[in-house]
Amino acid sequence: MEALDLARWQFGITTVYHFIFVPLTIGLSPLIAIMQTIWYRTGDERWLRLTKFFGKLFLINFAIGVATGIVQEFQFGMNWSEYSRFVGDVFGAPLAMEALAAFFIESTFLGLWIFGWDKLPKKIHLATIWLVAFATNLSAYFILAANSWMQHPVGAELVNGRAQMTDIGAVLRNPTLLAAFPHTITAALLTAGTFVAGIAAWLMVRAARGKKLELAGLYRPAVMLGVIVMLIGGLGLFVTGDQQAKLMFKQQPMKMASAEALCETTDGASFSILAIGDLTNNCTGVNHVIQVPGLTSFLASGDFNSRLEGVDNLQKSYEQKYGTGQDYKPNLVVTYWSFRLMIGLGIGSAALSLAALWLMRKGRFPTSRWFARLAIWAIPTPFLASSLGWVFTEMGRQPWIVAPNPTGIDGVWLLTSRGVSTVVTPAEIIISMVAFTLLYAGLAVVWYKLIHRYAIEGVADSEQDVSPDNPDNPDAADRPLSFAY
Amino acid sequence: MELSTVWFLLIAVLWTGYLVLEGFDFGVGMLLPILGRKDTERRVLINTIGPVWDGNEVWLLTAGGATFAAFPEWYATLFSGFYLALLLILLALIMRIVSFEWRGKINDAAWRGRADLGIIIGSWVPSILWGVAFGNLVRGVELDKAHQYVGGFFALLNPFALLGGATTLMIFLTHGAIYLALKTDGDLRERAGALASKLSIVTVVVAGTFAVWAQVAYSRNTWTWAAVVLAAVALVGVVVATRLRREGWAFILSAVAIVGAVVLIFGSLYPNVMPAFDTANSLTVTNASSSSYTLTVMTWVAVVLTPVVLLYQGWTYWVFRKRISVTSIPEHTGLTFERTSA
Repeated sequence: MEALDLARWQFGITTVYHFIFVPLTIGLSPLIAIMQTIWYRTGDERWLRLTKFFGKLFLINFAIGVATGIVQEFQFGMNWSEYSRFVGDVFGAPLAMEALAAFFIESTFLGLWIFGWDKLPKKIHLATIWLVAFATNLSAYFILAANSWMQHPVGAELVNGRAQMTDIGAVLRNPTLLAAFPHTITAALLTAGTFVAGIAAWLMVRAARGKKLELAGLYRPAVMLGVIVMLIGGLGLFVTGDQQAKLMFKQQPMKMASAEALCETTDGASFSILAIGDLTNNCTGVNHVIQVPGLTSFLASGDFNSRLEGVDNLQKSYEQKYGTGQDYKPNLVVTYWSFRLMIGLGIGSAALSLAALWLMRKGRFPTSRWFARLAIWAIPTPFLASSLGWVFTEMGRQPWIVAPNPTGIDGVWLLTSRGVSTVVTPAEIIISMVAFTLLYAGLAVVWYKLIHRYAIEGVADSEQDVSPDNPDNPDAADRPLSFAY
Repeated sequence: MELSTVWFLLIAVLWTGYLVLEGFDFGVGMLLPILGRKDTERRVLINTIGPVWDGNEVWLLTAGGATFAAFPEWYATLFSGFYLALLLILLALIMRIVSFEWRGKINDAAWRGRADLGIIIGSWVPSILWGVAFGNLVRGVELDKAHQYVGGFFALLNPFALLGGATTLMIFLTHGAIYLALKTDGDLRERAGALASKLSIVTVVVAGTFAVWAQVAYSRNTWTWAAVVLAAVALVGVVVATRLRREGWAFILSAVAIVGAVVLIFGSLYPNVMPAFDTANSLTVTNASSSSYTLTVMTWVAVVLTPVVLLYQGWTYWVFRKRISVTSIPEHTGLTFERTSA
């Protein structure tokens, strides 16, 4: 394999891996903040126990997200130095802003939250977790601003063969970003909602079957909270995904045509549910087995009869614009299936939340084993859907690393093959890829074992309010730390 | 002043923040097996930096992001050129982060032993390699006409750069020992203070040699002698202050020494950001920088946000100002992988 393929594999592995943990961090931090707020408002100790329980799971997860995030920032320079030279003027700005405006808040106030239970007044301590929740989401905004610029460059011009920023406002209000951000956040909410509901439901059933009804009653509101967040996330994903798709048909028609394996320009294009083709990336070899007439045209523009451009026609127009001798199609198999599986898995887990709501209506207590099992099996689905969504977004953009803006600026685009570092040898990339893959695999095993172990333990039997507000507490100077590594 | 020069200064400021702050938490991590004789002592050491190490590390991410934004050519050449060295640093940092967070999660001596190993390796490796990297920057590297690094990995392991590695190592060890003397109580405080006193003497010799060598052989500016003198005076001050057990003064002086070192490193580069053996190929603040529009935007962002960051990070240190001793460490709260009770 050449350096280009190796570098792409490495980016794929490290990025998909990083983004397994990140949506949970983004979605779970506001959920924990809500739990702690309920405790703060009501003084109900059960919510403190839930806060601390999910807080532990959050921290186990947070560590690995942070650790793998550093690689993300460094590998643009390491493996993609020519890309970095081309885009640095624009792309570096949101990355630096993320660190300064968001990541500092996140890491500093998380430290205060973890270690500050007995040091800070309750209200201030509550504020720290809300700040963490705010900062993780702000962080996502800046990172998506950078990614959206690769999808749809704006606010820049080509000067001496590289992109130069002309308008930071345009970069931070990129329509691609305004569509991608709510989609990412709602996906994170679905992920975290499923995580909370799934674990709490399993624990609720276990408690109920063990005749610990009081404990089961503690978990029930957590299941409801998780399920409601799932529902909000699921509905949000539906709406934001629809808007994003409509935008993508305009901004990256090749990506969307490939997602549908739509070869020829068609009026009233059907939505393909199952297609069979070969792996030669030749569009005309694809055979659509099941399809819904007119649906793709409807999704693209709200009109069942509208005209959509096909892959083969787009290839011809791209050749005229950007030069011949280049296949402008992304990998059709990956694009087609990642898009479908993302939607299917997303709808699947959102549908489970409806089922759970129905089963728990009017104070009902599901106690069956299959309910508990289903709750656990639901947890990985949004994770998978998120990963597939990114595989679709990034693989669908190929062969571009910076896709051309079809309506805007001229010349600001870059082929992926031109972005890779020229001085890094394939051997060096193999060394780093093997090292990262082995380390990441090992960490994933430990992460899973820890999450699993802490999840089955359930909430603590009791939790004390150790804050300095509590008059029963002895002076903080005289007692051990409330939390220590 | 040219905006690109302002940004060269700002990046030096970000590195100063990183090396002063993460410098002591690297030191604490490296001293874990030396000062932490039993588990409770190790927990004291780790918990002195527990609430703050993650915030300290963000200074590195900010320095990295700022270099990308303000000097894309520098970021691209440096990161692709020092590839394997950066890979080692990344692997070390990853191990270190998860070891901190996961160490207490399982109550088992073997588990803690593995986490300690992660912290120790994860602290020693970057402490040496950052110095090697800076040493090579100051010394100059082989760049071709397109500003690409073509020297290979082993060229980075020259005597001057290795002395640079020894310098950051010694400075961080001393800085960490002083921090521990300042943050712990009882026997640990005494031993950390005594160790800092011994380490500081080695540091003066190693860092002094490196600084003078850098100045005489490689600095592009005469005025950086001032930084050499500042760092040297501060380091001698550290020797005196640690001997007298004036922990606060020792820490301030040690931080001043790091400031001096950063001024020396960046000052001796200027107006280059990455000097080449063939000076015509050097990356400079001018030919490596972003457009003036991007630099203007980023200046506003940095000028507004950096003081705010300093404010709330400073507040964090205030909240956790109390010394920690073996008596302040609670029982292990971690679970075991086997479930003991139902």
